[in-house]
Parts: sequence; C-alpha cells; structure tokens
Amino acid sequence: MSSVLNSIDIQYVLGSLIKIALFWVFIMITVAYMVYAERRVLAVMQNRLGPNRVGWQGLLQPFADLIKFIFKEDIIPLSVNKVLYIVAPVVVLVPAMMVLIVYPFGPRSAPLPGGEMLSNMLNNLGNSLGYDWALDLRHVNLFVTNFNVGLLYIFALTSLGVYGIVIAGWASNSKYSLLGGLRSSAQMISYELALSLSVVAILIPAGTLDLVKIVEGQGGTWFGFIPKWNVLALFPAGIIAFIVYLISAIAETNRVPFDLPEAETELVAGFHTEYSALKFALFFMAEYVNMTTVSVLAAAVFLGGWQGPLVGSYPWLGFVWFIAKVFFFLFLYIWLRGTLPRFRYDQLMNFGWKILLPAALVNIVLAAVLGVIFL
Amino acid sequence: MKDYLPILIVFIFVLGFAVTNIVLSHVIGRRKDTRAKLMPYECGMDPVGSAHQRFSVKFYLVAMLFILFDIEAIFLLPWAVVFRSLITTLSRSFVFIEMMAFIAVLFVGYVYVWKKGLFEWTRG
Repeated sequence: MSSVLNSIDIQYVLGSLIKIALFWVFIMITVAYMVYAERRVLAVMQNRLGPNRVGWQGLLQPFADLIKFIFKEDIIPLSVNKVLYIVAPVVVLVPAMMVLIVYPFGPRSAPLPGGEMLSNMLNNLGNSLGYDWALDLRHVNLFVTNFNVGLLYIFALTSLGVYGIVIAGWASNSKYSLLGGLRSSAQMISYELALSLSVVAILIPAGTLDLVKIVEGQGGTWFGFIPKWNVLALFPAGIIAFIVYLISAIAETNRVPFDLPEAETELVAGFHTEYSALKFALFFMAEYVNMTTVSVLAAAVFLGGWQGPLVGSYPWLGFVWFIAKVFFFLFLYIWLRGTLPRFRYDQLMNFGWKILLPAALVNIVLAAVLGVIFL
Repeated sequence: MKDYLPILIVFIFVLGFAVTNIVLSHVIGRRKDTRAKLMPYECGMDPVGSAHQRFSVKFYLVAMLFILFDIEAIFLLPWAVVFRSLITTLSRSFVFIEMMAFIAVLFVGYVYVWKKGLFEWTRG
C-alpha cells in the first residue's frame, strides 16, 4: 500500500481529482445561479419581480429548487422502455460534464496563497504515515489538464449528448417526446457542422487544438492597443467565424431563438415531457452545463480566454477575466431570450444548411487566403 | 499519456454523480401511482395509439448529410492546425491549393444536395 501511495501517479490522480471536484463545484454553482439569474433578469426585462422570496433577493432559490427536485415524485410511466428511460438522462449529463477538465480557467503555475504551508502540512502528514511525499503546491495550473486534442475532445463529447436526447425521446413512448427528440437531434447535428467549421477558420491562426495553448497564443497586442484575440485575427475571417460560431452555439444548446425542441405551445416540453424529479433535473443541468461549455469555448477560442490587462503580474486575475468573458456570453443567452421570438422549423433548417454552413465554408477559404498572405 | 488520465477520473466522478441522482430520486421521492399518472402525457386525453409510429424521412436524410459533412470537417481540422507551421510560401500555397480542390469537390456535392431539394423542409 505504501509503495502505491508513494508513486507519483497516485499523487497526480489525487491532485486531478481534487481539482476536478473544485471546478465541478464551481460549474454547479454557476449552473444553479444561471437558472436563478435567468429568472430574475427575464423578470426585470418583462417588468415583473421574479423569484425574490427565498433568502435575500431570492438568492437561496436554487437550493430550494434542489430540495424540491429531490422530494418530488419519481414517475416512470408504464408504457416507457424502462432501461433506456432511466439511462437517457445519464447519457446526456455525463458527456456534458466531462468536458470541464479542459476548461482553461487560468494560466499555468499561478502562485497558490498558502501553498507552501499546505504542501508542508501534507508532506508532513504523509511522512508521519510512513509515505515519502514531496508535493509542491506553491504553484498550481488553473486548469485540470491540457492535451493536444482538447478542442476535438469537447466537440466529441458535446455531440455524444445527442444520443441521450434521441434515447429519451424514443424511450418515453410519448408523441411529444418523440417529436421533440427528433427535432432536437436534427437541429443539433445540423448546427454542429457550422459550429465545427467556424472553428476551423480560427485554427489557421491558432495552429493548435490545445485550448491552453490557443489561449496562450492570444497574449499581447497589435499596435500596442488592439488585443491579439482570435476574433480579430486575419480580419475579417475571425469575426465572421465568431458570428457563425455564436449563432450555431445558441442553436446547438437549443436556446431562444432556436428553442424549437422545447416549444411549449406545440410540443409541451419536448424530449423530457415524461421526466420528473431528479431525472428531469439532470436534463436541465446538462442544458445549462452545455451553455457554459459553448460560452467557455467562445471566450477561450475567440476572445482570448484568461488574457487581459495585468495577467502577467497577477496570474489569478486571469481567472477573473476568463469568468467575466464566460458570464458575458451566459448573460447574452438571457438577453436573447428576453428579446427574440422563436424561429419556425423550416426556417431553422434553411438557415442552418443554406446560410450558416456555406458561410462557414467560404470563411475557411477566406481565412486560408489571408493566412497564405499574412501569417 | 499522463495528461489523458483525468478523462477517466472525471468520467467516474460524473457518472457517480449522475447515478447517485437517479438512485436518490428513486429512494427519497414518495410514490403514489395512479393509472392516469402512469399514462404518457397527451394533453389530458387517453393516448391514441402508440407513439412509435412512422415519422418523416427528412430526419434520416439530415442525419446522413450530417455524417457526410462532418467527415469533411474532420479532414479540414488537421489541415487548419498544421497550416501555420508550414514556413515557406511555396509549401503553404501547395497545401492551400490541395485543400481548395477538396473544398471545391465538397461544394459540388453541396450544390447537388441543395438542387435535389434536401434542404426544403416544407416540400413533401
């Protein structure tokens, strides 16, 4: 046992586990308060109050919701395909959450306050138990891991979520669920093309799929005042890619104005009509985690991630810049929901296939032409 | 390979979370089943027939198109990644022209699909 705990791999595994747990808690809090913020901000936009009773200004509302979800009756209708019905929310949530390990929250080796004390304490603890630990926590990377296919990893996992939606729609054996599931999956795969093609144009200046390196490559400025963000790279290819990405990301997460799968006036609640209690909550969480993921990608790939003023001297400021950028996109979701009406289904498909897809393709050509000349 | 280890860790972690939720809901939520409650929802009426019926073939076509175009996207990704690392203008132009030929072929297919009316949702 001691030899196992001595090995550096176990320490690495434990370290990653702790980081994953911390970032996961962060994501969960973001999701919970995103739901709250959405209700409050929408209420303000529509000139009403929104939830303001649980705690000061309703700030404890997410916890009240959670408790309610736990104690709700878990209905499994008789006509469902039971195994698939129960598996579907897991299939949706697991890939949605798995992407958090490549979120680039901040720069490499940021100094950890009290890190020296912490590592001494842990090492002493390990030594007193007879292990030979030499942990060094004075500097930590503000991300769990980075590998050279980070972006592909995110794309692969986010597209796996479609399976869960199809399974849920089919297994529920309800007409609304089936139609909602089909619409949802057709919409998601259609817009996923534009999504990945828009990012291809950005990869030409970025030159890597590793999210951490993509962000690192966006440091510095042009002419001393324009930040070297990819959205401005190879002008105007970067900005076109950004617009295409943003539109298809909103469609990809089934949000207003592309929220047809949940068009309550015609499909009740879409693919999760038959779900209740925590199973429903899992779908709900997955939707918001996916929104966070596309916002993270938008911030990291296009808007320079953690890059911003003073990051060189205060690495933790990078975390703040990054979160600010991500929250801007999350706010954009709410803003759009308060502003735009819903597309019709044929308009949605037309827009995806006839406008966004060719726009993304032409933009790749444009980016390549500019790349040959300027890079 | 060490960098990839967190994938496994996060998978176990998140799977554990999801399964716990499902089990928790099953154990804690009180259950009081009635016949009407266990029926699939259909605006308060008794469901008419099974939900597993034929649906529009369009969805199937979209899925096929998606696979085709997504494979093209996968070919484009590595090309875009290495593009910058090619230093000389000659090698870069060569790679550029190669990919333009590829995109041109893709585009011909795209126009064909369009003319065949696969993007027209309202047409039968």
